[in-house]
This record gives sequence, structure tokens and C-alpha cells, in this order.
Amino acid sequence: MIIVKDLHKEFEGNNHVLRGVNYHIQPGEKIVVVGPSGSGKSTFLRCLNLLERPTSGEIWFDGQKITDYKTDINKVRQHMGMVFQHFNLFNNLTIMDNITLAPIKLKLMSEEEARENALKLLNRVNLAEKADAYPGSLSGGQKQRIAIVRSLAMNPKVMLFDEPTSALDPEMVGEVLEVMKELADSGMTMVVVTHEMGFAREVGTKVLFMDGGIIVEENTPKEFFANPRSARLQEFLSKVL
Amino acid sequence: MDWLNSIWEKIDAAFITENRWMLYLKGVGVTMEVALFAGIIGIILGTIVAFMKLSVKKNGKPTLLSHIANIYIDIIRGTPSVLQLLIMWFVVLASCKNGILVASLTFGINSGAYVAEIVRAGILAVDKGQTEAGRSLGLTQFQTMRYIVIPQAFKNVLPPLGNEFIVLIKETAIVGYVGLSDLTRVANQMTSKIYDAFTPLIGSAVVYFIIIKILTILLAKLERRLRKSDNR
Ligand SMILES: Nc1ncnc2c1ncn2[C@@H]1O[C@H](COP(=O)(O)OP(=O)(O)OP(=O)(O)O)[C@@H](O)[C@H]1O
Ligand SMILES: [Mg+2]
Repeated sequence: MIIVKDLHKEFEGNNHVLRGVNYHIQPGEKIVVVGPSGSGKSTFLRCLNLLERPTSGEIWFDGQKITDYKTDINKVRQHMGMVFQHFNLFNNLTIMDNITLAPIKLKLMSEEEARENALKLLNRVNLAEKADAYPGSLSGGQKQRIAIVRSLAMNPKVMLFDEPTSALDPEMVGEVLEVMKELADSGMTMVVVTHEMGFAREVGTKVLFMDGGIIVEENTPKEFFANPRSARLQEFLSKVL
Repeated sequence: MDWLNSIWEKIDAAFITENRWMLYLKGVGVTMEVALFAGIIGIILGTIVAFMKLSVKKNGKPTLLSHIANIYIDIIRGTPSVLQLLIMWFVVLASCKNGILVASLTFGINSGAYVAEIVRAGILAVDKGQTEAGRSLGLTQFQTMRYIVIPQAFKNVLPPLGNEFIVLIKETAIVGYVGLSDLTRVANQMTSKIYDAFTPLIGSAVVYFIIIKILTILLAKLERRLRKSDNR
């Protein structure tokens, strides 16, 4: 579904963050990406929907080379949901409008359809009563569940998560992970950058370890945690587990 | 009671005899007229220039438009407004005898440079995450601007725009140079007419002060209301 070939990203000032990432994501997979801070996890994820333009390399999505300048990236992004660490709900819009804005403005649904769909999704995360509230009045956990719903309203083929629980108070982490687990069970293809090792173990089909801008190791969760091969991963796991 | 009498006489001469207060009132009218027209021109021009300045090419480099915007802002900020006014009156628009028009245009162009910076800052102050979330859903740059960034930037810019208007009112005190009888010029002419500088000048200063005080209070109210709606 997503093929990444020799991906490099260099920021200004000779800051070479991604140094040749190769990966192939199959439909239905739940890829969990872990690694030390600054290893390029976010940059990798943000390259997948071209929020960050790679310096070189190729990304293919559903048989389309999206790194090609001729590709209509807005069209591609309609099929790739993204959930951010800091939620990024639209502060000027109600929850309902947050969810329906893109489907309506991109003419994917009529207003009525979009609202109906939004309510259905809100019910799924038990937040239907917040439809007319503004993001400012919600807790972090509620905001993140809404952010997930907002992405889902586009019926994406893949969902990208960048540390979705890192900005949450500990007591709210569970409710967000719960929603993500349900989503995983429903068959969604997911790429999740997280520090929640429990989630990686339980939900992941593959776990990737990134360090120094490359994928150092990848394995099934069981093997990944039980038999880390590289010294770097062993050291990393000894710190986080 | 002699001194009290003489003060009264001065006030009488400066403001009351021959309905002279009418002159000041007309002066206030001219001042506000120029400030208002200039304010409108400034907001329109400033907004356009702000977007010109913010425009970037696909590779992240500034566009020609943004260079032009920078040059305009530099020139306006780097020259005295009195000179800008004189240049417009005697050089650029020398054939135009309408002082209000020339003054409004000059101050509008002048104010536009400051408004551009205000609008630009207001847009940049909107969290980058808002744009990223919009784009990640597939919305275009334009749609993201229109439905998400600009509504939020609007709130950011209202208070500083109000301040800019207040500054503008005071700045227009030089329109006497192009023959307009604004509040300052009325007072100035009165001093030579009645051989008393104190009363007309202090009097007009008080009028400026009151106008600006009222606007400042209104602005503070608006700001409070905007802040309240932030954590709705
Ligand atoms: N827009 C940017 N401009 C310049 N440098 C950047 C930019 N974004 C990221 N970087 C740099 O790239 C490096 C990797 O950042 P990235 O956010 O991908 O790491 P990460 O693995 O997600 O770390 P964390 O766990 O802290 O989120 C960092 O050194 C960072 O300073
Ligand atoms: Mg990160």
C-alpha cells in the first residue's frame, strides 16, 4: 500500500535527518515506529503525506508515485488521515464543523451526509454531546478522540499517528489508546509513532526501531521485544521498558 | 477675580466669539475624515501587501511580489510622513487640487505599510499545526487559509489595527501642509488671529486626547471580548 524507497530528508544547515529509509507497508498492517528523540520518526511520518518534502527518494501510495511533482498531493492526502501530538483541532470551529469541514468543502459529501456521518463517528467515541462545543472547552483526551474522528470522516485508507498520547495527562492516555485499538481491530492500516510499548506489543503487526535517520531494526512485536538484535535497540529497550 | 476674568476672556476669544468653536468642530471633521479614509485604504492595501510578503515559491524562496512588498514597506518606514505628504501634493499628484483626497491617499499608503506588518504577524501567530491539520485532510492552501487561518488571524489583528487607527488620527495633524483645515491647523491659525497661543493649542490638544481616550476604551472592551471568546 505504501512503498518507501531510499528516502532522504535534509533540513537547512546540513541537518541530514533521514538517511535512506526503505519500507513496504501492506494493507491492514499496523506499523509501530519507536526510537530515541530526534531519530527522525516524526520526519519520516510527515514525509509519508508530504507535509515534509523529501530531499530524495520515492514514496508510492496505492500504485501512485506521490513524490512526483505532478501528483495532486491534496487528492492523495484525502486518503491519508493524520493525527498530531497536539491535536490541532481548528480553534475557530465547533466540533461538528471541525469534522465536516473537509468532506463538505472538498465536495465529497453533502452537508447533511457529512453531519450524519460525523454524528455516527462521534457516537463511536462517546462524544456526540460535544458536537456544538468548541475545542477550547474539551479535555486533551477528548480533543484527541475528536481529532481521530475528524480524520476518519474522510474515509482514509491509512491513518498516520505522531505520538498521539504524548501530550496527554496520564489518566487520559487510556481512552485514546482504546479508540486506536478499536480502529486497528476494524482493519484500518495504521502507522503509529509512539512511546507506548504496551500498545506496540498488543496492536502492532510490525515494530520499527529508528535511530540516526534509518530503520535499524524491524520485527514482529514478539521478536522485537524478546530478541532485539542490534546493540542500539537493546540499549533503547533497556531504557524504556 | 481679575485673573478668572482674563481666563474667561481668553476662552471666549478662542472658542466662543463668532461661534469659533464651529471651526474646531469642522477641524475635527476633517481630521476624522482623512483618518477614516486613510484607515480604509490602509487596511485594504496592507492586507494585500501582507499576502504579497507571505507568498513563497514551491521551493520555499520568496517571490518577486514579496520583494516588492518589502521595498514598499522599507520606503514608507524609512521616510518622514511630512515628506511623503509633500511629495504626493507637489510632485506625484501635483495636478490634483483635492487636499482631502491627496491626504487620505498619502496616509492610506503610509498606514498600509504598518497594517501589512500587523496582518502578517497576525497570520504567522496562528499555530502552524492548524495549517498542517487542514492540509493533512486534503484541503488546499487557499481553503486552509480561508476557513481556518484567516478567521483566527482576524482576532489577532483587530486590537493592533485599532491602535494603528489611533496613531493615524494623530499623524494627520500635518495635513495643514496641503491646505486642509484640520483640528491642528484651526488651532494654529487661531493663535495668530487672537494673539494667544495657550488657549487654542491646549484646547485642541484636549480634544485630540478625548477622542483618543474614547477609542482606547472601546478598543480595550473589544480586546476583552475577543479574549473571552478564545476559551469558549
Ligand atoms: N522543520 C524542521 N526544520 C529543521 N530541522 C528539523 C525540522 N523538523 C525536524 N527537524 C530536526 O530533525 C531531527 C529529527 O526530528 P524528528 O522530529 O523527526 O525526530 P523524532 O524522532 O520525531 O523525535 P521526538 O521523539 O522528539 O519527536 C531533529 O534534530 C530536529 O531538530
Ligand atoms: Mg516526533
